[in-house]
Amino acid sequence: MISLTRRYRFPASHVLRRADFSEQENRRIYGKCANPNGHGHDYALEVTVSGPLDPQTGRVLEPARMDRIVESLLVERFSHRLLNEDPLFREDVPTAENIARAAHRLLAPPLAEAGAALRRVRVRETRNNSFDYGDLR
Amino acid sequence: MSDPVRITRAIEFSSSLRVRRAELSDAENRRLFGRAAERHGHNYRLEVSLRGEPDPRTGMVVDLKAVKELLEREVMARFDHRDLNDDTEFFEKQPPTAENFARVLFALLDRALPAGLLERVRLHEGPDHWVDVEREGAA
Repeated sequence: MISLTRRYRFPASHVLRRADFSEQENRRIYGKCANPNGHGHDYALEVTVSGPLDPQTGRVLEPARMDRIVESLLVERFSHRLLNEDPLFREDVPTAENIARAAHRLLAPPLAEAGAALRRVRVRETRNNSFDYGDLR
Repeated sequence: MSDPVRITRAIEFSSSLRVRRAELSDAENRRLFGRAAERHGHNYRLEVSLRGEPDPRTGMVVDLKAVKELLEREVMARFDHRDLNDDTEFFEKQPPTAENFARVLFALLDRALPAGLLERVRLHEGPDHWVDVEREGAA
């Protein structure tokens, strides 16, 4: 079993609050993350793919091709944005858990088309907090 | 009853390389591998994970000093401050991508360690790119 992981970075802001919760509920559930004008993180996104090595290149996937997919579909979309304004987070609060799920949904089909299986995404919100979605071994 | 523990030992080394296939022209290699086909280098970090039963008497899966000596002999002596293409025999027929290099390292260490002890190698090529090779059939 061989897998390749590349790490991408995007600074973004978000607010954790729901319109259908009361102010008190938002405060109780999300604490300071509910501050109405938002806050931000230097997110890191670790994308892990696996698959047979291309016999010609000896790679799971060309790094440049992987970068084009992740950067065009995700980094450019989220970088320097308020994540709450993205249609992906119209229903779901942009917690790191939901960012990880959204990233997996966005990236799996084009990576599969490029010949690599998306095994896991890890969203690092701060140095101390990370969130994995996909293969959790 | 099986009650295994995993231990991981890391080492760092620096090597130069060209990601190229020896049988192809310079132009073909550049088309296939881009700038990686040119001479460049990396600070590699290798994390070696071993999985086994601690010896009931010593409480250790393996003597880490022996692992350190083995990594010195099998990895550092071969690759540190060397050129992967010119100074080793492993990339005459395959390009030294992180994937191929990690497989070479797994095979070298697997051969040198007690059977089945090596669970995974993780080879970092700089801070934002790494490859895992895991034993087939590992949980």
